[in-house]
Amino acid sequence: MLDIIVLVKQVPDVKKVKFDRERGVIDRKSAPNELNPFDLNALEAAVQIKEELGEDAAKITALSMGPDMAEDSLKEALARGADEAILLSAREFAGSDTWATSLVLSTAIKKLADYDLILAGEKTVDGDTGQVGPQIAEFLDIFHAAYVSEIKKLDNDNHNIQVISELWQSSFLKTLDFPCLLTVTKEINDPRLPSIKDKVQARKAEITKWDYSALSDYIAAEEIGIKGSPTRIKNIEVAPAIEREGEVWRDGYEKANEKICELLQEKQLLGGE
Amino acid sequence: MDKEKASGILVFAEERKGDVHNVAYELLNKAQELKEDLDCEVASAVLSSQKLDYSELIYRGADKVYCIEDEKFASPEENYYKKNLLKITNAFNPEILLLGATGFGRSLAPRLAIALETGLTADCVDLQIDEESNKLIQIRPAFSGNILAHIKTEGLPQMATIRYKEFTEAPRDTSRSGEIIKLEPTEGEIEVGIEKIEERAKDITEAKIIIAGGQGLKQPQDLDILQDLADKLGGMVGASRDIVDEGYISHAHQVGYSGARVKPKIYIACGISGATQHIVGMKEADIIIAINKDPSAPIFNVADYGIVGDLYEVVPDLIAKIEDCM
Ligand SMILES: Cc1cc2nc3c(=O)[nH]c(=O)nc-3n(C[C@H](O)[C@H](O)[C@H](O)COP(=O)(O)OP(=O)(O)OC[C@H]3O[C@@H](n4cnc5c(N)ncnc54)[C@H](O)[C@@H]3O)c2cc1C
Ligand SMILES: Nc1ncnc2c1ncn2[C@@H]1O[C@H](COP(=O)(O)O)[C@@H](O)[C@H]1O
Repeated sequence: MLDIIVLVKQVPDVKKVKFDRERGVIDRKSAPNELNPFDLNALEAAVQIKEELGEDAAKITALSMGPDMAEDSLKEALARGADEAILLSAREFAGSDTWATSLVLSTAIKKLADYDLILAGEKTVDGDTGQVGPQIAEFLDIFHAAYVSEIKKLDNDNHNIQVISELWQSSFLKTLDFPCLLTVTKEINDPRLPSIKDKVQARKAEITKWDYSALSDYIAAEEIGIKGSPTRIKNIEVAPAIEREGEVWRDGYEKANEKICELLQEKQLLGGE
Repeated sequence: MDKEKASGILVFAEERKGDVHNVAYELLNKAQELKEDLDCEVASAVLSSQKLDYSELIYRGADKVYCIEDEKFASPEENYYKKNLLKITNAFNPEILLLGATGFGRSLAPRLAIALETGLTADCVDLQIDEESNKLIQIRPAFSGNILAHIKTEGLPQMATIRYKEFTEAPRDTSRSGEIIKLEPTEGEIEVGIEKIEERAKDITEAKIIIAGGQGLKQPQDLDILQDLADKLGGMVGASRDIVDEGYISHAHQVGYSGARVKPKIYIACGISGATQHIVGMKEADIIIAINKDPSAPIFNVADYGIVGDLYEVVPDLIAKIEDCM
């Protein structure tokens, strides 16, 4: 049995969300939540692996740290093919930076004990760091491959996986032994939509919830949440807007193109390379 | 690391086939500025797969260059890099550790931060020293770049990845002197199989001119029109995600949130609507020109020059006019 863990996070819909300038945080109530779009690709990759290996040959566990309402995102993960979902939710976890988040998640993974492959998204649309994946790999002391755009081959007998990792303007074929962690890009696949039937079923499904007591044997409360986070937001400023000429030609492009030519000449960009 | 005694700024210089990525020279320049407030040393760390002229890093502002030479660095394996960088970090004992936010930097730095038991701020666009505490203020965009968060790290070293092209490159001063310190690579093999299977000739983040296409293009061959314009100007073709997804062009050309962030001198968006996820990747171009049929397309809000029109007419006319000027 191949044990796959997919890390998923509930995030606000960034197109709609408002920012609480006083507190320097996103006002989560201002927008509906969704499953981080990059994590959908990680989940789809897991589902495809399972389809290839066969229903009984792999198990997918979706793991998330977040507030209680993140249950919705985990239900979506179940609808999209996860077999089990675990939500790490506790007051003690709130306010975690990437250090504390990856400590909590990696501790939960250690507690799960059985894991061969961990899949994470390239980044979250709210945190936007892409750090949590590689940091979990370091906490677990396992190898990781980043910017994975393709899974070439999974060799269950030899317990390894071959992937394409996009680094240095190049594509590298990497072979990693299990257990290992992959962060995947949006290129890796097109996540399928869950069927209505799966959605209905998932809505009724139970989400396993772990609060701090589930991890308290392994980590002290001071190590996590706001207290345990080494990085602190001191203040925020509104980014200065970039001034633009804003000249628009609505009828006819001839004049506009002449202007562009002048501009290119002025900037000495007409020489080619 | 001996955190009690930590001092100085360490800049990781990423080697690629005998050259150092330019972002290192930008960070060395910024480090000079930070050094004035901190009164400390600036060092650079290089892991190189071949012999480099390490004095270049001294000319660009490093007081010390720590280098480890090992063929294995020709393979981007984060864990092996991390172990070796730990050696250098332990030797220099920095209070500030900076890496370029290249793809590899963003994948390596998180491992290193956990190993050093410290925080990490991703994708910074500026750095300052707080006058009162002498601590590093790491400034990073959040919330689609509408807001800049000022972040401080409790504990040491204070670590951040910094975006390419945020600072100017350090000037080259060949009269500068410094110390070059060679360390031995860590023992052991890379335990991940790595084989390079494709290398792209050009890096879109280096392009001075980008002609980008979007869904306004009707079929893949029509990209030739944009390529033609790019060739005339010595530029590169960029793309919105939608046409990358449809297979018009490879992901290496994608500009935006899940593609490259670019800062060319001129960006010409042809048939691109200007979704937030596209704009975050190109809004810092010096000059933005937009060609779109729809006068209400959001791309016009960030453009210096906008042309409401059909790209199939506008671009060929522009090419003809450029030919006349040359
Ligand atoms: C998590 C996430 C990450 C994303 N990352 C990226 C990213 O990195 N990069 C990116 O680009 N997008 C990204 N997107 C997608 C983004 O939201 C938009 O869907 C995409 O940018 C739209 O591409 P487009 O402008 O080519 O297409 P459209 O929005 O369809 O716009 C096409 C435009 O062409 C114009 N047009 C049509 N015909 C002509 C003609 N003949 N002449 C002139 N104009 C014409 C139309 O008026 C229209 O404005 C991301 C989305 C998500 C959710
Ligand atoms: N709170 C969380 N719970 C579960 N997974 C997470 C969480 N935060 C981040 N991740 C995973 O780590 C990836 C990178 O996140 P980030 O570092 O926030 O950009 C995401 O795509 C997720 O797969």
